[in-house]
Amino acid sequence: MPVPVLAARDVKKSYGRGAARFDALKGVSLDIEEGESISIVGKSGSGKSTLMHLLALLDKPSTGAVELSGRDAGALGGRILNRTRNQTFGFVFQQFFLTPNTSVLDNVTLPLRIAGVGGSERRRRGMEALERLELADKAKNKATDLSGGQKQRVVIARALVNEPRVIFADEPTGNLDTATGAVVEEILFDLNRRTGITLIVVTHDEDLAAKTDRSVFIRDGLVVDRNGASA
Amino acid sequence: MSGLDLIRSAISNTFRSKTRTTLTVLAIFIGAFTLALTSGVGTGINRYIDTTVSSIGANDVMTVTKTVEDTASGPAKYEPDTTNVESATGRPGSTVEAITAAELDDIRAVPGVESVDPVLTARPNYVEYDGGTQYQAAIGGFVSGMSLDLAAGSEPSSDSDTLEVALPVSYVEPLGFSSDSDAVGKTVTFGVTDQTGASSTIEATVTGVAEAGLLGSSSLTANDALTTALYDAQSVGLSSSSKDSYASVSLRFDPASSDEQVSAIKSDLKELGYDATTVEDQIGSFKTIIDAIVLVLNGFAVIALIAAGFGIVNTLLMSVQERTREIGLMKAMGMGAGRVFGLFSLEAVFIGFLGSAIGALGAILAGTALNGVLANGLLSALPGLTLIAFDPTSIAVIILVVMGIAFLAGTIPALRAARQDPIESLRYE
Ligand SMILES: Nc1ncnc2c1ncn2[C@@H]1O[C@H](COP(=O)(O)OP(=O)(O)OP(=O)(O)O)[C@@H](O)[C@H]1O
Ligand SMILES: [Mg+2]
Repeated sequence: MPVPVLAARDVKKSYGRGAARFDALKGVSLDIEEGESISIVGKSGSGKSTLMHLLALLDKPSTGAVELSGRDAGALGGRILNRTRNQTFGFVFQQFFLTPNTSVLDNVTLPLRIAGVGGSERRRRGMEALERLELADKAKNKATDLSGGQKQRVVIARALVNEPRVIFADEPTGNLDTATGAVVEEILFDLNRRTGITLIVVTHDEDLAAKTDRSVFIRDGLVVDRNGASA
Repeated sequence: MSGLDLIRSAISNTFRSKTRTTLTVLAIFIGAFTLALTSGVGTGINRYIDTTVSSIGANDVMTVTKTVEDTASGPAKYEPDTTNVESATGRPGSTVEAITAAELDDIRAVPGVESVDPVLTARPNYVEYDGGTQYQAAIGGFVSGMSLDLAAGSEPSSDSDTLEVALPVSYVEPLGFSSDSDAVGKTVTFGVTDQTGASSTIEATVTGVAEAGLLGSSSLTANDALTTALYDAQSVGLSSSSKDSYASVSLRFDPASSDEQVSAIKSDLKELGYDATTVEDQIGSFKTIIDAIVLVLNGFAVIALIAAGFGIVNTLLMSVQERTREIGLMKAMGMGAGRVFGLFSLEAVFIGFLGSAIGALGAILAGTALNGVLANGLLSALPGLTLIAFDPTSIAVIILVVMGIAFLAGTIPALRAARQDPIESLRYE
């Protein structure tokens, strides 16, 4: 059996202390295989984003462990964590997080700039990513001047530009109308099918969840089955 | 992020909020402008003193006089075997105890002394050119190693046997020369009256024309040969003991001597009953005062800069606040805390650089304009003086100091940015 690219081992996460303490995750175990598309589904406040942040190594679990290709991520140094997030992961957050007053191309190439890739190489790869999302003609526009759907495509281009192995998408269609949402979904699944990128989608939209290979349901910080019963 | 990209991003971030950056840069500008200007005044005046010093005398020369006895405890007793001569430097008519020819040998014997020459005071009655109007003439000696601020020609040669003199610019026209360079090479005549009342004349060649300095602006500079000739002519009829009595003597020491060696010579002379002062001693206290004034002025400028530093803290804190999400995103995408810190402190340093570079440039322009105005107005009597002078090192130091202050100010916001938790920042709406 292949080693899962990411795995959660009885992960618990609580925020705050004492009386204000809140257990957002109460013991979640999960394997994500290389190349699969998986959705994390649940109501608002159920702990989806929290789980995604832990899997994306943006945060550390209170107890339990997250494994990256079989290795305990808690044991990795800050530098390696940064490099992993920069080169292995691509992010589509719940909001666009585009830098205002900066060109579309500059927004897209941010991960490359962080990686220290040189200017011309950065431009080439940025344009390539924009072309894949049919936004090459907007490269010089200000990111804030685009429509919602275009912005989300820019965000996806930014997530793709460093050719990651895993893409995390938190509510990728949450801010979009149905038609634009469908286009964005199509782009993501197409990537997963054609390039074998592992796709981790966080959503409360069951229709979107149905399009992934597999869905994991979360309720009140626990993995449940489709009907909401504890798994 | 590569270092170059970091700098580039920091610079472009600086210009994102133009109003805020402009105001902060303005605050730094004021401080840097003042600092550059005040230290420019210090440089200008000290440079002027230095050139003046080299025209007063060489730096390996001491002027030696007999120690004046403390008169606070009553008048000094008369010693029959001493001679008093008119003081060269004191009140008119005041006398000092003279140094005799025999005593010169005592001074020569002090270790470290290379040569001792009496300072001869030549007092010609007048100077004239080509039978023209006669003018009063004060003569200053020329010691080799001394340098004149020349308007034309060259300095009188101290080794030469020919009688040579340098005229101050103010004598050129009255004597009847058409220009500074016209005077060079011409022969002027000095009139001397000796102790018996007889008059004689001595001719000397003009080798150069000197700009008026801070000191001795109206005296003629004679070489040794001319001074001696004039002295001999005016001393005819004087007893040889009074002829060979001098108010002061000039002493030369090895120019490579250390400060300790120089003060050793001084204390040896003190024991023998002589006061010795170097040119540096004479001018040193003046410089100390200038330096103190400039220091106080610089202090004010630095206070202004520190206030501007708080402006930087404020600007960058606002900028960190505004860019919370951007910082969170960059950290989420794998930018290390060190780099984030670097990004913001570079931004601070760049703001500091902008303010100080523009401030220094403004000060140079304002200083140059002011010099022009002053040279024709208030300071026209001191032609050699450039009140505000800028030297590249002190400008560079000012810019670096301001950048340093900016960096320190930037550490507070930069640390805040570097410590930001990416998830917290991305949650922020
Ligand atoms: N920093 C925090 N401090 C305190 N509580 C937090 C913090 N972050 C998340 N929570 C709580 O943890 C729970 C899970 O939050 P999470 O963001 O994972 O929800 P979600 O499933 O992503 O919801 P949504 O669909 O609305 O995005 C929520 O009740 C939230 O209030
Ligand atoms: Mg969420």
